[in-house]
Amino acid sequence: MDHYQTPLDPIFHALADPTRRAVVQRLGRGPAPVKELAAPFDMALPSFMKHIGVLEEAGLIASTKQGRVRTCRLSPDGLAAAERWFDEQRAIWASRYDNLDNLLTTLGGETDET
Amino acid sequence: MRPDLRFDFIADMQDGTLTIRRKFAAGRQMVWDCYTRSELLDRWYAPRPLTTKTRSFDFREGGHWHFAMIDPNGTHYWSRTDYETITPIDGYTGYDGFTDETGVVNPDLPRSRQELRLADKGDHTLVETRVSYDSPEDLQKVIDMGMEQGLTSTLERLDELLASLIAEAQPLPAQNA
Repeated sequence: MDHYQTPLDPIFHALADPTRRAVVQRLGRGPAPVKELAAPFDMALPSFMKHIGVLEEAGLIASTKQGRVRTCRLSPDGLAAAERWFDEQRAIWASRYDNLDNLLTTLGGETDET
Repeated sequence: MRPDLRFDFIADMQDGTLTIRRKFAAGRQMVWDCYTRSELLDRWYAPRPLTTKTRSFDFREGGHWHFAMIDPNGTHYWSRTDYETITPIDGYTGYDGFTDETGVVNPDLPRSRQELRLADKGDHTLVETRVSYDSPEDLQKVIDMGMEQGLTSTLERLDELLASLIAEAQPLPAQNA
């Protein structure tokens, strides 16, 4: 069931790092500018931005820039959400039909015996 | 998945339709039975690791199937499929909606239209399902709901992950707040 795990892999990778987990936890309380998010960490801004990039690619957070302030928030943008929804539907139907396949095999065996 | 039993999944985000095609190594009558007898539906309809439980089943035009998909924690997700047209053993059309335990359709969530077609392919059966929403707005509502649930479950998983990491006493990064 590879297609079951694939969409979640980037999420788990993103959350495997303590800095990124802390950022996600902080954003769980509401949107925040990058500067504020970076403040608790003893880390150069470019390094911190790499973490933000990983979280964005995983679809866990989104950011918008207004003037010189980049604000981050939880949850993917609309398109990422749509893609995730379609991926999920695909996984549901694939699993459902694998079940049906197994059931038909079982029923076929039963019919052969009668 | 067996290589000769192809699974096609075509998503049209613009139209808000899904077309799913799958070939099965069984005759059309047997596949039809699996779709139209509740004791058989209960054995396959929910994707793993969920299970299916029929509450009521009335397979006729104007009738409906009320059922739950149950996750390993025992949470019941109630739905019902309303049958509109039925053409044994070629297919049916109908609507899928979210309901509560009593079968009342949630009016805040759009229903999806379902079209099932079965066709002979030698001694195999080709099953084609089309799932569509009445409008892009309807589809967006369903996606938004999925996103909320997905985010909730991601955060729940995050909670579990954090709890296990704390149990392992892995140090968090230095904080000077």
